[in-house]
Amino acid sequence: MHRRSMRAALVLVAAATLTLAACGDKSAGGSGSGSESSSAATSGASGSSSSSAAPAGGDLAINPLVQIDIDGNEVEASTGTDAVSPAGDGSATCDGVSVAMAGALTGPNAALGLNILYGMQTALKEHNDANANCQVEIKQFDTEGDPQKATQVAPQIVSDASVIGLLGPAFSGETKATGTIFSQAGLLSLTASATNPDLTANGWTNFFRGLANDAVQGPAVAKYLTGSAGFSTVCVVKDNSDYGVGLAETITEGLGDAADPSCAADVKTGDKDFSATVQLIAGAEPDAIFYAGYYAEAAPFVAQLREGGVEAAFVSADGTNDPQFVDQAGSAAEGAYLSCPCGPAPEEFAATYESEHGQVPGVYSVEGYDLMTIILSGIDSGITDRAGLVEYVKNYQGQGLAREYQWDDNGELSSSLIWMYEVG
Amino acid sequence: MSSLLSVGALADGSWLAVPAISFNIEALGDRFWSLTIEGLAYGSIYALVAVGYTLVYGVLRLINFAHSEIFMLGMFGQYAVLMLLGFSPSGNAYAEGAVMTIVYLGIAMIGGMLISGGAAVGLERVAYRPLRKRNAPSLVFLITAIGASFVIQEFVHFVLPALTDGELGGVNAQQPIRLVEQKEQFTIFGASVTNVTLIIIGSALVLALATDMFVNRTKFGRGIRAVAQDPTTATLMGISRERIIMLTFLIGGVLAGAAALLYTLRVPNGIIYSGGFILGIKAFCAAVLGGIGNLRGALLGGLILGVMENYGQILFGTAWRDVVAFALLILILMFRPTGILGETLGRARA
Repeated sequence: MHRRSMRAALVLVAAATLTLAACGDKSAGGSGSGSESSSAATSGASGSSSSSAAPAGGDLAINPLVQIDIDGNEVEASTGTDAVSPAGDGSATCDGVSVAMAGALTGPNAALGLNILYGMQTALKEHNDANANCQVEIKQFDTEGDPQKATQVAPQIVSDASVIGLLGPAFSGETKATGTIFSQAGLLSLTASATNPDLTANGWTNFFRGLANDAVQGPAVAKYLTGSAGFSTVCVVKDNSDYGVGLAETITEGLGDAADPSCAADVKTGDKDFSATVQLIAGAEPDAIFYAGYYAEAAPFVAQLREGGVEAAFVSADGTNDPQFVDQAGSAAEGAYLSCPCGPAPEEFAATYESEHGQVPGVYSVEGYDLMTIILSGIDSGITDRAGLVEYVKNYQGQGLAREYQWDDNGELSSSLIWMYEVG
Repeated sequence: MSSLLSVGALADGSWLAVPAISFNIEALGDRFWSLTIEGLAYGSIYALVAVGYTLVYGVLRLINFAHSEIFMLGMFGQYAVLMLLGFSPSGNAYAEGAVMTIVYLGIAMIGGMLISGGAAVGLERVAYRPLRKRNAPSLVFLITAIGASFVIQEFVHFVLPALTDGELGGVNAQQPIRLVEQKEQFTIFGASVTNVTLIIIGSALVLALATDMFVNRTKFGRGIRAVAQDPTTATLMGISRERIIMLTFLIGGVLAGAAALLYTLRVPNGIIYSGGFILGIKAFCAAVLGGIGNLRGALLGGLILGVMENYGQILFGTAWRDVVAFALLILILMFRPTGILGETLGRARA
């Protein structure tokens, strides 16, 4: 008796669910598409995005705002119109030359590696289409962004005789782990994304960095916040990653008195609930909040800040500068400032890139294109060996899409600049 | 960004910095009531998940470490149901009106419960029953539970995206579907109470009472208590032990599914393959705190843990949240080794 009534109740619940589901379908679908899902303007689908087809919180996107130097002063952006073209003059001749790309091409951090690779491929296509007698090849080496994997991959790159230059490694950790191998082989190592300041202090003569390092980003953003942006109290919140801790330190130092120690908080990567931190910040009533960490935590954090009634400006750095941040946080992301040593993609480049790869350029795509262009122009000038290419890059001076490229003796750019972006 | 995977530390060793521990009693005093209310909401979620640990332990003397993954599947379950209902993910909240929102929440909760309940029963069948048939030692059960936990996590991480064309699972959190926008409803002692908090505490209360009645008043509940007390005698009295075990897993799973929906109301960005892990450990902690094997203990332990954790992270700094939770556990076990309400499901008061 008892069992039968239980079973009947279960069937009833199941039936009710089905009916409701069927009815609900129409009404929710209608209101859903009306209010939310009409625009499909994703600001840039990252490769690892699990829902890249979904609308990005209305039609919010990460837009470039201003370029700043280490003192936080605005610097006029290069227009990119006079950039060196990878096509050259079309008369280059070469044979059996290839360029290696090392970085995360699979795994959780693949989006960044692919952004760089696709940028390189766009440059390569322009070059190979124009130069029938010089067909260069990109050889891909997947490190998954893991220093240990990278040390296994590095010897393969070195032993491939056709490789005369390397664009990478992509991350700081793997660069640190493999730097000696490439240095001993005398192979050019030109990175589009490794920003740990220490990398250029190892005496590697073959290593060049195509963008500003983290030691520039912290002070530049801090000075911008207290200067042009006019914030007088800032809460610095950091996660427990190397990146977050290091960045928060330089930011706090740069902010000086503006950094309010009473609301400086620590969170952990993987945290999704920030209610206590939000309460702490709500009590401090700052002008701005700086978050040193990645988008996976920044998105729920900014959403919970807004729900908790905190209206202060939300500022974060390159770890958050990802379309996923906007996807996850929705309208709470609006007005957030995101810094990045990476440059924005000019329109023409963005269009070509999108038609070739089916997604808009992401973080470091432009750097991939620019640096590949430099290597290709070296090959076009007749260089066929590794030592020649290192020498060529060392003396290089030229305009790229993102910035002017010229390196000092350590392999850092002569002028290191940071971009501020705004979600809007 | 790119220091993402860097090894080692800065030359001055500053990367190894430990978050500073503070003692901010003033902030605790200022926000005491809002911390209490938030803590109760979080604690009710712990409590619902803790019931799953405690019931299974009571009946099988097994700590089902895969229960956190059952909870995680519940989050995906309710999310999938909402997608089937035609909601598309975006970071913004829907405004469907109170009645429809409650209907949709109800459907999503049932979806989460079905998935979690089904997964819990399936797990029992696939992972634990074969071991029981072979009279495996209890250590083997424990290892199996941990293994099952990994299998389910990696399934959602790698296999689910392939099965659903990238719509579900994968390395990133699901883009949130937010049915309810947090809004303040009223204030108690100056602390604001939001609609989400009300829904969470209300639903958890109803579910906890229903479970308590089920275990204490119904024939099935009596069966569960009997098996917990003495499996052999219970079998002699005509109770099917296998069926009771299945029922126990089902109840635990269903409550985890309900907790999953409540959790996603609170933390819409939490739907990720690894999202159940820490919460599961905390819920287990809550179960031990209240006295593992004891249903009311699990409910009480969850609430206490949620509230104390919230006080602790304001008092000592937000980075110390988990430390506070586990320190509290150790402290209480020092004085009451069997937890606050004592251990057994069968004997005491269940």
